[in-house]
Amino acid sequence: MVRLFFGFIGRRGFGLVDASADFFREISGLYYLTRSTLYCTFIEPLKGKPNKWGPVWTQMEEVGVKSSTIVFLVSFLIGVILAFQSAHQLNRLGALEFVGALVGVAILRELGPLMTALVMAGRVGAAFTAEMGTMKVSDEVLALETMALDPVKFLITPRFLALLIMLPCLTIMADLMGIFGGFLIGVTTLGIDPVVYVNNSLDAMEIKDVVTGLIKSGVFAVIIVMVGSYMAFIIEGGAEKVGQNTRTSVVVSMILVIVADLVFTSLFFFVF
Amino acid sequence: MIEIKNLKKSFGEGEKRLVVLDDFNAKMEKGQITSIIGGSGSGKSTVLKHLIGAYTPDSGEIWIDGEEVSQLKGEAANGVRKKFGIMFQSGALFNSLTVEDNVALPMREHTDLNESTIQIMVKMKLEMVGLRGAEHLKPAQLSGGMIKRIALARAIALDPKIVFYDEPSAGLDPISIGVIDKLIIGLSRKMGITSVVVTHEIPSAMRISDKIIMLFKGKIIASGSPEEIKNSNDPRVKQFIEGSPDGPIPFSKSQTDYGEELKEMNHF
Repeated sequence: MVRLFFGFIGRRGFGLVDASADFFREISGLYYLTRSTLYCTFIEPLKGKPNKWGPVWTQMEEVGVKSSTIVFLVSFLIGVILAFQSAHQLNRLGALEFVGALVGVAILRELGPLMTALVMAGRVGAAFTAEMGTMKVSDEVLALETMALDPVKFLITPRFLALLIMLPCLTIMADLMGIFGGFLIGVTTLGIDPVVYVNNSLDAMEIKDVVTGLIKSGVFAVIIVMVGSYMAFIIEGGAEKVGQNTRTSVVVSMILVIVADLVFTSLFFFVF
Repeated sequence: MIEIKNLKKSFGEGEKRLVVLDDFNAKMEKGQITSIIGGSGSGKSTVLKHLIGAYTPDSGEIWIDGEEVSQLKGEAANGVRKKFGIMFQSGALFNSLTVEDNVALPMREHTDLNESTIQIMVKMKLEMVGLRGAEHLKPAQLSGGMIKRIALARAIALDPKIVFYDEPSAGLDPISIGVIDKLIIGLSRKMGITSVVVTHEIPSAMRISDKIIMLFKGKIIASGSPEEIKNSNDPRVKQFIEGSPDGPIPFSKSQTDYGEELKEMNHF
């Protein structure tokens, strides 16, 4: 009985060691891929190997323009919901006209960047892993290598640049849509005077709210692309692995986005 | 010319260690077609993966065009890779690109030719494989035989001195196999391309090869002209060529004794 118990503990212990070894292997793999992506994207052009912008434009359309509808919808609805939710509480304090301020600051600082990133992690991160993973499985990545083309430069760099540019753009638009959603509910259902609503909003919002939001969305873009690409590049085997890794990619990038959000929010809290 | 000396490769560690290539030696002469044949799991694809630099050998040397390439990395490896083309078993065409873009890709990336020249060259390569007019199709719209021919067109896009073929005729109908065989012979004879073909299609290998190397469990068991292979007295070679299920090459791939394994299961 005792032996069994310790055997169980022992196995669990070794399982834990294995799991943490796996975890650190993944982390270091992700780190090396990120490093070579940054090198390919920003350092190599300086050494006379310019990036080709054609694929970047294609990817910008794919990840940016085609995601705008869903991002607009989500952020508009978030604005509406936020206005409704805060109205009740603020009304009890007799501060109903500050709904605009609350909605504006919450969207700019937090919900705009975060919701956009989460939507994009699901929409774009999954697509990256599935697409590049299928290429890996069907030898296309190996074909690139044998043609003396760097898969990182050829596949990841365009996606990296595209999302790095488009995610902040989408975030700005999401901010506007969210604030608009709040405004719409504020002046109609809640019956706040439009001028008072706008004045209160503008008083509360600062330019640094927008800037911190954009810095965060840049970080989120790096996370989404790198996790998506890494999960694709480690695929060995067949279609089953592509499915598994696509799922893992979305889960991991969502978690990392929220962790990064926490880190940067606390950083800004103490710095600004 | 390609020369492989004492190539050794194994996968796995400890008890699970599996020796895939054991002391592989071969010489592929310039302008000739060398076929590597053998059953599945004999290590023939592993030889090819070493040649294209996807694997690093445990020991041994690979000389391509007078240069030892097995340990090269990064830019140096890319320099060697530009000398050869490879036709993958699955074709490995880029599914998101049209046929024209697929064939043009190596030229666009590695040369400074202008777009109209590239388009003319793409047309020439497609004409060579008999598929001029398919420029604007996507790989998903092509048949298996067509995909392999486009893959061949892409492999020769930069006019390489060496072309590697991985199972060029696997899964094709007899006519498509004939077409591919004719293309391989034509390229080698007309343009002096050194060809290395990895295949298990014996009739096709007999037709096209100047030299055949037969592998069994990571070792060369026969090497010579198609005639010599055909007349070989080695029972393993005979069995493989005749395709008979009974013979010295076992049907079962298991490495442990069947009875022992069953007995061990009784312990539970």
